[in-house]
Amino acid sequence: MTSMVGAAVIRKEDPNLLTGRGTYVDNLRLPGMLHMAFVRSAEAHARIRGIEVGAAAALPRVHGVFTARDLPELPPIPTVVPGLERPSLARDRVRFVGEPVAVVVAEDRYVAADAVARVTVDYEPLPPVPDLETALAEGAPLLFPEHGSNVYAEIPPAGDAEAALAAAPRRARLRLVNQRCAPAPMEPFGVVADWGPKTLTVWASCQSAHFVRGQLSKLLAVPYGGIRVIAPDVGGGFGAKQSWYPEYVVAAVLSRRLGRPIKATETRSENLVAMTHGRAQVQEVEVGFDDSGRILALRVMVTQDAGAYPGDAVGLPMLTMIMSAGCYRIPTVVTGCRAVGTTTTPVGAYRGAGRPEAAYLIERVIDLVSDETGVDPIEVRRRNFLPADAFPHTTHLGFVYDSGDYGKALRRLLEMIDYEGLRREQAARREDPTRPLMGIGFSTFVEMGGVGPSAMMEGLGMLGGWESARARVNPDGTVTLAVGTSPHGQGHETAFAQIAADALSLPLDRIEVVHGDTEVVQEGIGTFGSRSIAVGGEAVRRASLRAREKATRVAAHLLEAAPEDVELEDGRFFVRGSPDRGIGWEEVANKAYRPTQLGDLEPGIEVAAFYEPGLTTCPSGAHCCVVGVDRETGRVTIERYVGVDDCGTVINPLTARGQVMGGVAQGIAQALYEEVSYGESGQPLTSTLAEYLVPSAAEMPRFELEHVETPTPANSLGAKGLGESGATAAPQAVVNAVIDALSHLGVRELQMPLTPERVWRAIQAAANGGVA
Amino acid sequence: MRIELTVNGRHEAAEVEPRLLLVHLLRERLGLTGTNVGCDSTSCGACTVLLDGQSVKSCTVLAVQADGAEVTTIEGLSGAGGGLHPLQAAFQRHHALQCGYCTPGMVMAAVSLLAEHPHPTEEEVRRGLEGNLCRCTGYQGIVDAILEVARTTGGAER
Ligand code: FES
Ligand code: FES
Repeated sequence: MTSMVGAAVIRKEDPNLLTGRGTYVDNLRLPGMLHMAFVRSAEAHARIRGIEVGAAAALPRVHGVFTARDLPELPPIPTVVPGLERPSLARDRVRFVGEPVAVVVAEDRYVAADAVARVTVDYEPLPPVPDLETALAEGAPLLFPEHGSNVYAEIPPAGDAEAALAAAPRRARLRLVNQRCAPAPMEPFGVVADWGPKTLTVWASCQSAHFVRGQLSKLLAVPYGGIRVIAPDVGGGFGAKQSWYPEYVVAAVLSRRLGRPIKATETRSENLVAMTHGRAQVQEVEVGFDDSGRILALRVMVTQDAGAYPGDAVGLPMLTMIMSAGCYRIPTVVTGCRAVGTTTTPVGAYRGAGRPEAAYLIERVIDLVSDETGVDPIEVRRRNFLPADAFPHTTHLGFVYDSGDYGKALRRLLEMIDYEGLRREQAARREDPTRPLMGIGFSTFVEMGGVGPSAMMEGLGMLGGWESARARVNPDGTVTLAVGTSPHGQGHETAFAQIAADALSLPLDRIEVVHGDTEVVQEGIGTFGSRSIAVGGEAVRRASLRAREKATRVAAHLLEAAPEDVELEDGRFFVRGSPDRGIGWEEVANKAYRPTQLGDLEPGIEVAAFYEPGLTTCPSGAHCCVVGVDRETGRVTIERYVGVDDCGTVINPLTARGQVMGGVAQGIAQALYEEVSYGESGQPLTSTLAEYLVPSAAEMPRFELEHVETPTPANSLGAKGLGESGATAAPQAVVNAVIDALSHLGVRELQMPLTPERVWRAIQAAANGGVA
Repeated sequence: MRIELTVNGRHEAAEVEPRLLLVHLLRERLGLTGTNVGCDSTSCGACTVLLDGQSVKSCTVLAVQADGAEVTTIEGLSGAGGGLHPLQAAFQRHHALQCGYCTPGMVMAAVSLLAEHPHPTEEEVRRGLEGNLCRCTGYQGIVDAILEVARTTGGAER
């Protein structure tokens, strides 16, 4: 049988989704179900003097209006900084616009909205802290006065780079802003909670049903057996649906109080202020280098805007620190970070979570060094690359890069783009004022995939960094795989079936994958950090091989041979050397459940595997973006986008491409269009999709994508994962290209998003002899 | 108010509040949850359906405005046999969906786009989809699926 791993198989998931049979949370209707909606803070920072709910509660078809005081059983949202907990409903103080202050329950969403509009909250305004500058200023208003500072967490630099920077022949500084973005999955967040006498059942648009059950168990003090969490079809997550939201416990507690199932689904305007934002970093960078473009020292100080509460954002700048040196050998690297509170939506993981910020930083540094030395940006990269024989490579913070060959991806990229031809065209267009300027930008990036091992994940409050799979061979010879990962668009049902098909020598259509239901699936960890294939896929392979082993013993018994003499090929077990003495999978599977024919063998074929990875993986790649810049308007057009990714072994080229394209699209969106912004009073200015500009097909280029494969030693598949690679690769490819287009004018730095206005201003400033 | 309309070929009658949106009539009263809601500013197109053959965002149409009209949703596209419409099949072949949340709206928008422009250029397809957002795919699979159907059928479907 030809290998299924590596085949461009179309997805098993698609027919349901294409015909409108998706099972998204908001599609669920249970008998007696009520709708809940939050009254959300209209103030960025205020004390709550009182909440008047009478008018709302008096409306017909309203079942209740509750404030924090009415629900003393509500637990707070967990935090990594003890003492700075976020209440699930604000009690005395609000810290961002959109923070829930009360909740209404009504017969339908229209009535719930009517009731929300009738709740009045008496606020005593406090000074807003809309940005890092305000938060860190002397005498700044404090979000948690008892904490004494808006700095929620801090890791001072370990060591001093000053000597190495001073010793370098040249040095330069950069201040980079990785702007706040909204993950904006097309399906907003939602839950349905149904707390009956026996079980609390929660359907959630989340990235890990098991994580949600674990948290609910801890927060509500209910044993695991009393909680079932189901992640049905989930309409995208991008990291943000791994965060914890108040709906989980509020809907559960209200369901218990009212004895009815409760649905809570966000509107988009709620989503854009309530779902965690991503990025939101400022980086102060200093680099020492020589005239040949060799980088000798790097100092990075990351300031992370955590938003109002210290949640997932505290870990993000640590990931940025770890990946700061990118794919380069830099003798001295010193990094530090702090996470700072502002009166804005809390920040959490967004596709890449800290690593795109690192890749942006180091790739901007490389181009700065190129600009300063006049050495071609390709050559600067080559001169500093970790060589292919440098792996495993231990970074300045002790993190290990598993494997890589950065030169290989770059060589393939250069073959694809005709670099010299592009440079000639660029020169010609500079001379021709009737044509837009042209720029060529590169990004040779490395990130983290296969996120684990457990030591790292436990530090982030997770149960572990392992993953699980259970293979059940049914009596008809089909296989049901239960996996602990929890997909939301990635296509696990197809990719995991491919892995199992090879391990079991079965056709793809005999294998079903189930996930996202704690009652059906053994304990699992979930889907984030590009871990599903690299960690979950390995668990699938191991479980499948164990099922195969058991089936081989059954076949051996039936064939009256020793198990070690039985082989499996094309779905048929046979005795080595006599292929005619064989028996098909179906028969083996069936007999496995008939003890009368099994001799001493235990009946059944059902085995689990829990896989703990020894290493995180490091997917990498080389991308190039070619842009046109309109001289009059500053408008940037992407003329070409070419990428070569190295995620090790590719399981399914079709879905792998899809992952890269989707990630690159989000990276381009960050570079050119998207930014969550706040007014001076802390009011969000981007709380609808009319203001927060998610690009459409008209703004996206055609992508030219390929892969090279440097397998990882971290798992037997050799797969590194690539869900976050595109988003990690793209922003700096675009920004480097635009700066390259304007470099002859003296432009050295531009901050994302590169709106026409910003680019135009840079061109004007350069023309007027100023620095952009 | 009482309204009558035809949805996917079936006659339906309903008593509705004047403010009820068509999308909520479809999803919550008629149980047709294939049509999704992704925004509240007419920006995302997840809710796209055909109203008398024209694509509309059903979150901006009141149910009462659809009185007497003919509505086609994603559930009504593939016909009784349950097979995939050529556009649905092309979406699968070209991996034009990941999470699938934008997909019903995207497919309905594509049906209407091809009805109006049976032979679109890539540029026309991209501009024609401007009102439909997808956060997962980067759009290339979607564009290629539509172009392929246009090439192989002359856009004649429906
Ligand atoms: S839900 Fe109708 S346009 Fe977004
Ligand atoms: S497939 Fe997820 S939004 Fe389009």
